[in-house]
Amino acid sequence: MIHQYKLNGYNIVLDIFSGSVHSVDEVAYDIISMYQNKTKDEITEIITEKYSEVTKADVKDCISDIEELIADGKLFTEDKYADLAFDFKKNNTVIKALCLHIAHTCNLNCEYCFASQGKYHGERSLMSLEVGKRAIDFLIENSGTRTNLEVDFFGGEPLMNFDVVKEIVKYARSIEKENGKNFRFTLTTNGMLVDDDVIDFANKECHNVVLSLDGRKEIHDNLRKTINNKGSYDTIVPKFQHFVERRGNKNYYVRGTFTHNNVDFTNDIFHMADLGFTELSMEPVVCSPDDPYALTYDDLPVIYEQYEILAKEMLKREKEGKPTTFYHYMIDLTGGPCIYKRISGCGSGTEYMAVTPWGELYPCHQFVGDSKYSLGNIYDGVTNKEMQDNFKLCNVYARPDCKDCWAKLYCSGGCAANAYHATGSINGIYEYGCRLFRKRMECAIMMKVAESTDKF
Amino acid sequence: MKRIQTIETRDLKKSTISGGCGECQTSCQSACKTSCGVANQQCEKCLEKK
Repeated sequence: MIHQYKLNGYNIVLDIFSGSVHSVDEVAYDIISMYQNKTKDEITEIITEKYSEVTKADVKDCISDIEELIADGKLFTEDKYADLAFDFKKNNTVIKALCLHIAHTCNLNCEYCFASQGKYHGERSLMSLEVGKRAIDFLIENSGTRTNLEVDFFGGEPLMNFDVVKEIVKYARSIEKENGKNFRFTLTTNGMLVDDDVIDFANKECHNVVLSLDGRKEIHDNLRKTINNKGSYDTIVPKFQHFVERRGNKNYYVRGTFTHNNVDFTNDIFHMADLGFTELSMEPVVCSPDDPYALTYDDLPVIYEQYEILAKEMLKREKEGKPTTFYHYMIDLTGGPCIYKRISGCGSGTEYMAVTPWGELYPCHQFVGDSKYSLGNIYDGVTNKEMQDNFKLCNVYARPDCKDCWAKLYCSGGCAANAYHATGSINGIYEYGCRLFRKRMECAIMMKVAESTDKF
Repeated sequence: MKRIQTIETRDLKKSTISGGCGECQTSCQSACKTSCGVANQQCEKCLEKK
């Protein structure tokens, strides 16, 4: 399977199953598009008629190049990964990442929160140190030979239970070496409780921090309000700036959510950049279509255009020596994921699980609160094997809708939770999200082509 | 090639042999939390080589 598209003056051909990316001229673009459906004579006739300057010999040369690429396994490569997908995941029994729900409570009252203002449709709750330590032990016990283990402090707002966060990290650090493990902690915070103590801790211990900011003040304050119904922008922005300034070159993301209210979200991303943040992420809101801020199909053309504007502006800023990173445009064509990663999906319910404040296990943070998805707990392990098996079988080849999608090895089948909420099945797809994903990939790869061909 | 420039990429077919160590980051753990994609993830082994 190939995918061809034109963007920002580039003609791009993706060979899906080898991962090859080709930048071609108009003639080659047209020849490749006809190669599998027309004879060489037909192609020659069409091309020489369309392009007066192109000779029959030119067409022949181009076809010869195409055949060379096919022989090298870089064009029209066949898909032979389906069996690998099922076998690999079925045999994968290790857990390597936990999302610890440190606090099912929040000091903000964000309207669009999928966690229902941090409480996940349940009671306010804080994780105890005893549960947190047991979660660390559970992860080590179930991680097999994996060295790098990820733990995300999530909520609600995890800093509302900061003392427990610190003690869990202290505990994990005290036993990681003897167990041959390397913990990578991530802290996701809304910023309200960030102070020097938090910054010192996070900059010493956390591999990554995710700082929630939606962009422009009026956009941010519209949905990210305090319990007293006031905007949180003025409180958090100086804290985040101080945080990032002191973070040096360690990983962080300033992460926003865009909604129907700000489909011109590049203005929010550029606002973040203008505030001095360089590592940026902006996610489309995931909510009920009935919510007033839900993205609509009418928004799609605008959003597509926004992604293009973002890619072009990022190339411009890079050229000017002011590079920014956009999470969804980070793509490493030479050092990206192997085929196993690309076909097996996000790992929810298998190698990645969420732990509630009381130690219950869920396939991921987005399933927490939906009791039929409870997998077990950190004391008894996974007891709902039937449900876990559903996740083990969930991969890009298990989703019929992904069969003919060119982006399937870039997305690995998408988010199981989004699919479930959109279709009722984790093997469905969240089609709206797919459309956005494909556009983002086209932009991300175009940027790589631009960088490689030095045209920008 | 006159009309085709091939950008250097990781050969996915070859990675059936070299890949699968599982040391890489879990897709959703890093920043998004509400969507999934793997293209922007790094291969841990490739990172070590760099």
